[in-house]
Amino acid sequence: MSTVFGVPTQALFGQLLIGLINGSFYAMLSLGLSVIFGLLNIINFAHGAQYMMGAFAAYFLLQWSGLGYWWALLVAPIVVGLFGIVLERTMLKRLYHLDHLYGLLLTFGFALVIQGMFRHQFGSSGLPYAMPAQLAGGRNLGFMFLPNYRAWVIVFSLGLCLGTWYVIERTKLGSYLRAATENPSLVQAFGVNVPRMVTLTYGFGVALAGVAGVLAAPIYQVSPLMGADLIIVVFAVVVIGGMGSIMGSIVTGFALGVVEGLTKVFYPEASNTVIFVIMAVVLLVSPTGLFGREK
Amino acid sequence: MAERALLEVRDLHAWYGESHILHGVEFDVRQGEVVTLLGRNGAGKTTTLKSVMGMVSRRRGSVRFDGRELIMLPSNRIARLGLAFCPEDRGICASLHVEENLLLPPVVREGGLGVDAVFGLFPNLKERLRSQGTKLSGGEQQMLAVGRILRTGARFLLLDEPTEGLAPVIVQQIGATIRRLKADGFTILLVEQNFRFAATMADRHYVMERGRVVDMIPNEALEASRGKLHDYLGV
Repeated sequence: MSTVFGVPTQALFGQLLIGLINGSFYAMLSLGLSVIFGLLNIINFAHGAQYMMGAFAAYFLLQWSGLGYWWALLVAPIVVGLFGIVLERTMLKRLYHLDHLYGLLLTFGFALVIQGMFRHQFGSSGLPYAMPAQLAGGRNLGFMFLPNYRAWVIVFSLGLCLGTWYVIERTKLGSYLRAATENPSLVQAFGVNVPRMVTLTYGFGVALAGVAGVLAAPIYQVSPLMGADLIIVVFAVVVIGGMGSIMGSIVTGFALGVVEGLTKVFYPEASNTVIFVIMAVVLLVSPTGLFGREK
Repeated sequence: MAERALLEVRDLHAWYGESHILHGVEFDVRQGEVVTLLGRNGAGKTTTLKSVMGMVSRRRGSVRFDGRELIMLPSNRIARLGLAFCPEDRGICASLHVEENLLLPPVVREGGLGVDAVFGLFPNLKERLRSQGTKLSGGEQQMLAVGRILRTGARFLLLDEPTEGLAPVIVQQIGATIRRLKADGFTILLVEQNFRFAATMADRHYVMERGRVVDMIPNEALEASRGKLHDYLGV
């Protein structure tokens, strides 16, 4: 059996794959947080709950109306995004002129309420969600076995992240978004409906969490606390990448997933803490994160 | 009675948060005029421009543009009526390159300058299209800030200290541009510290003190009013 640094290659690549999968979710979720923070100045603590809602939306669609995975991938983000839009219109928009702390508190409270309601209804144990038949099975790459669904998650997430990056950094719509992040009142005085843009941006960021939830449903179980567990790590990722940086959150998300996976191979004891250790070091060296700008 | 002014401001009050900045500002700008607001720092000149554009947190009174009341409209709707604002800090975005900054303000009506016409006025910009907006010199940033609102088709321009901190040769270029815009029929409301500069293009000057308009001086009377102006402006 071949080894690398004394570790069987099977185990190494297996953990790398798990790292990339986790990294896909870190990237999608921290991207949504970054987009929202950039324009709204809101630290969206409800992101984990919204991710969980995406997974549950997929579950309900299947249970109630028989709509399977592919429909869920389309419908669940829209439903969760609309939910976000209602939240923004009715509550968040009242907080923009206040300190970040208020938005954080409101969204944190919202997350607790939503998670509590789901737990009351469904308990803490997970509900199974079958992966789509088209993506069952896997292929042998010679050095490792690659399940098709996991490959799909990585490819889809990468595409979604890069697509979002492209829209924000390279299109006309994105230039409005970037300019409004810097100077919202001037962009509005040019004739752009900035409040509407803010609402739609929040809806989009929340929808990203919803997509991630659908993608996660067949891998992890659908459970009320699935987002609460993940969001803490995602916030560490966002801090490391730098609040508000689009490419920063994508690169950091994937990279930290891989680092976490490798730590499981070489020093398993640290695998749960490695991201937080990196966060502490990055904060000491560069308080705005690896890709962040002063704001 | 004289023809109705294009912009009529009556009893305009404005607030930033809790501070009451404007206390009943009144003035008119007629079609095709260049009108300046003069006054010391803190007199409320910038706030007046921002209040006309709807960019303050609270305002009261009346701002009529072309007969239409603006006081209840959000700034994006005001812009769509053909008013464009160029802020004192120029408002060039660091995360946009020069071309993106130039194309940022949406076209609100027909008749705006094409991009090539803007380059005709400010040839420097054409060579720096891919530079980060804030990497330009102060003068180039000012040209970019003026150039981009000329694209929008707005015919009423509010310019906040377009010459501040610029080299004399750039000031002359900006002055020539404003005179040319005036000749082309633009209406311009200008905040300016330098009344010698303002005198080369303005029709009338309003003097502001502590959130009010306290005097109006026609440009022909500027020389004769020099003593009075020195008192107002403390120069």
